Amino acid sequence: MCDTCGCSITPANAHLVQARGKLERTSEGKASVEVLASLLHENDHQAAHNREHFDRHGVLALNLMSSPGSGKTSLLEATIDALGGEYSMAVIEGDLETENDAERIRARGVPAVQITTGQACHLDAHMVHDALHALELDGVDLLFIENVGNLVCPASFDLGHHANVALLSVTEGDDKPAKYPVMFRAADLVLLSKSDFLDVIDDFDPARAERHVRELANPAPVQALSVRRPDSLQAWFDWLRAAVAARRSGTAMAPRIQPDGAALHAG
Amino acid sequence: MHELSVCQGLLREVARMAAEHDAVAVDRIVLQVGGLSGVEPPLLERAFEVARAGTLAEAAELEIRAGPVVVLCRECGSRGEVPVNRLLCPGCGDWRVEVVEGEELLLLTIDMETV
Repeated sequence: MCDTCGCSITPANAHLVQARGKLERTSEGKASVEVLASLLHENDHQAAHNREHFDRHGVLALNLMSSPGSGKTSLLEATIDALGGEYSMAVIEGDLETENDAERIRARGVPAVQITTGQACHLDAHMVHDALHALELDGVDLLFIENVGNLVCPASFDLGHHANVALLSVTEGDDKPAKYPVMFRAADLVLLSKSDFLDVIDDFDPARAERHVRELANPAPVQALSVRRPDSLQAWFDWLRAAVAARRSGTAMAPRIQPDGAALHAG
Repeated sequence: MHELSVCQGLLREVARMAAEHDAVAVDRIVLQVGGLSGVEPPLLERAFEVARAGTLAEAAELEIRAGPVVVLCRECGSRGEVPVNRLLCPGCGDWRVEVVEGEELLLLTIDMETV
């Protein structure tokens, strides 16, 4: 709990900070306390600690988010196959039920921890922290956290990762960023997956999808790719290489949209 | 449905503040929820009805101030309110804007009864 560091200050509310913790009496004699704390304070606090943990181990942690079935696990399989000799990787899988995805990853010789959330629609920083107890991070270069398939809730929870990667499969429609603005505004990289289907789908325009991302004031790169077309994956691999290099050089990294409180706390 | 998780976090914070001030009950909780916070005020209200049972805030009134989304243009300096999925400068239409309001998910005030 950071009572003193002003964890949840944003430009919009900074003027209120002086009132923090002030106790006043209302006209009926009740006590009224100005709190000014983020409702996700506990999560943000844990996320900051997760990030410190990743930084100490020199691990780049990426949060993969998308609808169910957009190809997150397939992309990880293709990435492991292509970059397995270059980097040591590990995966945290989030699903409501089953070990299926973790088993697919382990079958490729990469350690994977499955978080089954039960009815919960998202991963949070505490779940990731618990999963880290079951994962040896020494020597790992890249940790992928595959979030629960959901375009709404996962965007609200900082996990302590370094960047958000949002997948949008071309079968879902190019207006998804306009329909789910909180998710696509948070993306540091947008991948238009299953791009081989563009040959048979005439109503998905990658340029229109990118325009919807820009309309969320988001400068994130937008890349079309398909695991069935290995050449199309090169830009994604280059982005990963650049991100790992940035992490290794000690560049402070955090997702584009990150609670101000966590940033201040980590400092 | 992550509004329930958000509510549980809120109630833990309320319980902590109540204990700090030796409160016996919480009468009113005021939140500020921005349009880009990812939380829907009506869902938060319903989740609160469930989550508050058996807590010091069992009979508390929940006031949610839904804030606008406001951007500041890095190109022309205009500032203004925009829809949540069209964060373009209200002056020149450029997308290189900074969101200055609308991301808040804040607990502003707690009114409580002390002995």
